[in-house]
Amino acid sequence: MRYIEPHAHMVSRTTDDYERMALAGCAAVCEPAFWAGFDRSSAAGFHDYFCQLTEHEPKRAAKFGLQHFCWLGINSKEAEDVKLAAEVIALIPEFLKRPNVLGIGEIGLNKNSRNELRVLEMQVELAATHDQLILVHTPHLEDKLKGTRLILDVLKNDRLIRPERVIIDHVEEHTVEMVLDGGMWAGMTLYPETKCTPARAIDILETYGREKIWLNSACDWGVSDPLAVPKTALEMKKRGHRAAAVEKIIFANPEKFLRQSPNFKLPG
Amino acid sequence: MTRQQVLDLYFLDARHKLIELAAFLDRVERAEGEDDFRLKSFRAALAKLNGKKKHKAKTVLLAFSDPTKKPIFAAATKAACGAWPGSK
Repeated sequence: MRYIEPHAHMVSRTTDDYERMALAGCAAVCEPAFWAGFDRSSAAGFHDYFCQLTEHEPKRAAKFGLQHFCWLGINSKEAEDVKLAAEVIALIPEFLKRPNVLGIGEIGLNKNSRNELRVLEMQVELAATHDQLILVHTPHLEDKLKGTRLILDVLKNDRLIRPERVIIDHVEEHTVEMVLDGGMWAGMTLYPETKCTPARAIDILETYGREKIWLNSACDWGVSDPLAVPKTALEMKKRGHRAAAVEKIIFANPEKFLRQSPNFKLPG
Repeated sequence: MTRQQVLDLYFLDARHKLIELAAFLDRVERAEGEDDFRLKSFRAALAKLNGKKKHKAKTVLLAFSDPTKKPIFAAATKAACGAWPGSK
């Protein structure tokens, strides 16, 4: 079984995790820029982080035969400071030329504040200007419904944004339909306590179909499982899904979306 | 899958989670104090489970969600707590 892990924060994981993912059939791992668990004190901190994502982490992954790709942006948890965000956004164009960069992400909203929304708009504009794919983080728990609606409004109001080049991540039962109806891709994140369990993710696939949708572990420094995608594939098999249907969700779908970036290339 | 197959695969897991949920309510009701907005949302969500209406997971998620549409003035915290404080 081969699969693509389209959303994993590998800088927070051990080399043992890379090994386990490779053994489970992972062909490529894609790492969106995110919050470190604490606020960085300056744009220079982001500069170093972007270097880590584009220089160091691909080498660490390669030791286990894994292709490593990344997304660049300032996450919504650090977007309340618009001045800092503008400084960070100004750094990004020089990194977009690097060979493992797929686009702008993960950007989005956290508490649905005015400043978060402003920074989201700035980064959507950045993506449009540089013709980049977009990966969007939707808020947690009680804030997800409202945040997803606000995010969709921003994207739909920008005439330069093509919805098929946008993935809205962390959808659940109450947000998946509006994302797919908007012509965008939907990502389901498999977490032990929040977001989707494997069983619920498969329920969503059975209810809303297998088009424009992918699974990810979003493993990071918190409670999360880097093998959540292959474990969900196993659950799909238990539920009688055929091998081709499983492969579509865990490999063909993410490959189809990510191939829209010229940098996403897998070895033959 | 047939209904029988779904039950065979998931019944014990669902039973386990239902008992955990009941034990949580026993625990919180044994403790002194008042319900807060989270527990009120929780009880409202529980009430949505009864009956044969479809899309129960979606309905429960909506019961915990902020239904407003305008962005807030500023984020005072980074964390979400699982229920909207404005719930009645």
